[in-house]
Amino acid sequence: MKQGHHQTHDSIPAIATVKTKRWEIEGVAIIDVKLSTNQRAWAQSKPGQFAMLYGFGVGEIPISFSTLPSAEGRVSFTIRRTGAVSAALTRIKCGGVIGMRGPFGNGWPIEQLAGRDVVIIAGGLGVAPLRPVIDYLAFGRSDANRATLFYGAREPAAILYTKDIERWRNAGVDVHTTVDTASHDWRGNVGVVTSLLSGVPLDSENTVALICGPEIMMRYAAEALKDAGVSDEDVWLSLERNMKCAIGFCGHCQFGPAFICKDGPAFAYDQIRSNLFVREL
Amino acid sequence: MRTFDDDDTNHLFILERAGFGALIEALSDAEYEVIAPTIRDGAIIYDAIISEVDLPSGWADDQQAGRYKLKRRNDEALFGYAVGPHSWKKYLHPPEQLLWRAKKKEGGFDIHAAPIDTRKRAFLGVRACEIAAIEIQDRVFLRGPHIDEAYRARRENTLIIAVNCGDPAATCFCVSMSTGPAVRSGYDIAITEIISEDRHHFVIDAAGDAGRTVLKHLPLRPAGKKGLQAAEAVTAHAQQQMKRSLDTDGLQALLQNNADHPQWDNVASRCLSCTNCTAVCPTCFCTTVEDHTDLSGENAERVQHWDSCFSGSFSELGGAPVRRSTKSRYRQWMTHKLSTWIDQFGTSGCVGCGRCIAWCPAGIDITEEAAAIRKGANS
Repeated sequence: MKQGHHQTHDSIPAIATVKTKRWEIEGVAIIDVKLSTNQRAWAQSKPGQFAMLYGFGVGEIPISFSTLPSAEGRVSFTIRRTGAVSAALTRIKCGGVIGMRGPFGNGWPIEQLAGRDVVIIAGGLGVAPLRPVIDYLAFGRSDANRATLFYGAREPAAILYTKDIERWRNAGVDVHTTVDTASHDWRGNVGVVTSLLSGVPLDSENTVALICGPEIMMRYAAEALKDAGVSDEDVWLSLERNMKCAIGFCGHCQFGPAFICKDGPAFAYDQIRSNLFVREL
Repeated sequence: MRTFDDDDTNHLFILERAGFGALIEALSDAEYEVIAPTIRDGAIIYDAIISEVDLPSGWADDQQAGRYKLKRRNDEALFGYAVGPHSWKKYLHPPEQLLWRAKKKEGGFDIHAAPIDTRKRAFLGVRACEIAAIEIQDRVFLRGPHIDEAYRARRENTLIIAVNCGDPAATCFCVSMSTGPAVRSGYDIAITEIISEDRHHFVIDAAGDAGRTVLKHLPLRPAGKKGLQAAEAVTAHAQQQMKRSLDTDGLQALLQNNADHPQWDNVASRCLSCTNCTAVCPTCFCTTVEDHTDLSGENAERVQHWDSCFSGSFSELGGAPVRRSTKSRYRQWMTHKLSTWIDQFGTSGCVGCGRCIAWCPAGIDITEEAAAIRKGANS
């Protein structure tokens, strides 16, 4: 090793400028950023992958792409303001600068969707990592047979991407939404997202499911699909844990034998089912 | 039993005790910083040394579960002890490391990677289990889809001078883990210390070119078959002396299939979640990062520290800790070490050095815990 070598580029953030920011719902912002360098590498990103976003001096958190990086380095993220880093990232004004490492993780199994019925089940902010795959099914060169989205939110005001939902519907995606609680003027479904599943016939042999949301919701959804005859290998869940490095070095995101950062975040249900039922794993 | 023809001993030499100081001088002359065992605060630790007088001459250690104590030997052996609380990981994967600095500028900020440490270091006195530990960390940092360049630079600039073990501690179980006591590979020079009533000398094994270059000017003479046999007798003795063992048969599946075994509650009632075992373990690699700014708010940096899976916030989901109980943390640590490590890196994460046993303030013994899980286990 010669003098002057530096840390691996995987651990050094790239610089990105915030182009637009809007509050999608209370406490959840969508930022659209433009990378200053290396746009070509980022343009290889896949739906379901994520980036580590850095707020100057505050820290870094993993955030999934909610639209994929374009050839010009434009990419968007949906961020819920919860801790110090997400607060810093959502406080940034247009023209502000953030750090960004990635793309990381395996992403959704896009190559397995051709000719299949794709069932997408999203809970809350879990719809964000699914958004690029729904866009792909709705507007991309997908050979999938048909696409159905089941989306559950806490309440009507917490439904994200309402405009996208209309675009997806118009493009032929079968969209079903539900909320946990609503006031009397809500005319949509009320109940957990799994309750929507029984109302829609499934061709279980030909179904591939992509699920993202709270772990307990994903477990119920995966079990419901299992009961409906969908093979565990065709049910994909996107897991989440805190991460420091995103490249398999820091150890934080271990889930049994898996590193969620590099082996996931998307896992086929047969790989992780037994561990999802272990408390405090 | 292996048989040896004459060629097998071509790389073996005899160095008398009186010539040992010249080895350290030769390393310094070759611009290596020499890191070796030395005594501090009643323990044998690893630190930079200047000459042979810094080595722990005539010391042994008494190690038991939850106990470590130095004691005098009745000879002047330089390497007459087993491993202490330090491991070489503190040099190859340091406890604290600057990753990068950032500086604000008009319209944003720039990030500058921290320079990489390219100092040449010679590790003198690396035991067989410790070479195994270094090779395990190599798999973590060098053999995956991502490379830790800082680790690679430090590793490539390290000369490994191994020492064969003659007197294992009571906490040692390297035979079970197939990592020792004899050094078999992964070294530049290997030393076997041999002491009889009237003579104190070393059998020196110069495996590679880097080792041979250092040895060039030392007062060596060929060891021959006799030297080889004397050296092998030392590690054979160590192997016979080793009383502790860990049954690794089927352990990978056993631990993953027994997450609800009552023994986890039992060990949790003793475990203090103090993180000592992860700090002394030569293979534990987990880290966290801290982001700071200076008072002006213009300069930021990211510093990496060792972390431990026994910390409450180690694994979080939605900002809340996942492993709330000590039970789940001990289970994570031991299952990772002995089982899921194999899924991840194709090797156990345990080398049988016994540090976690000796340095556990509650005297928890990983070999006993694994045996207890085996009793009454789900298949």
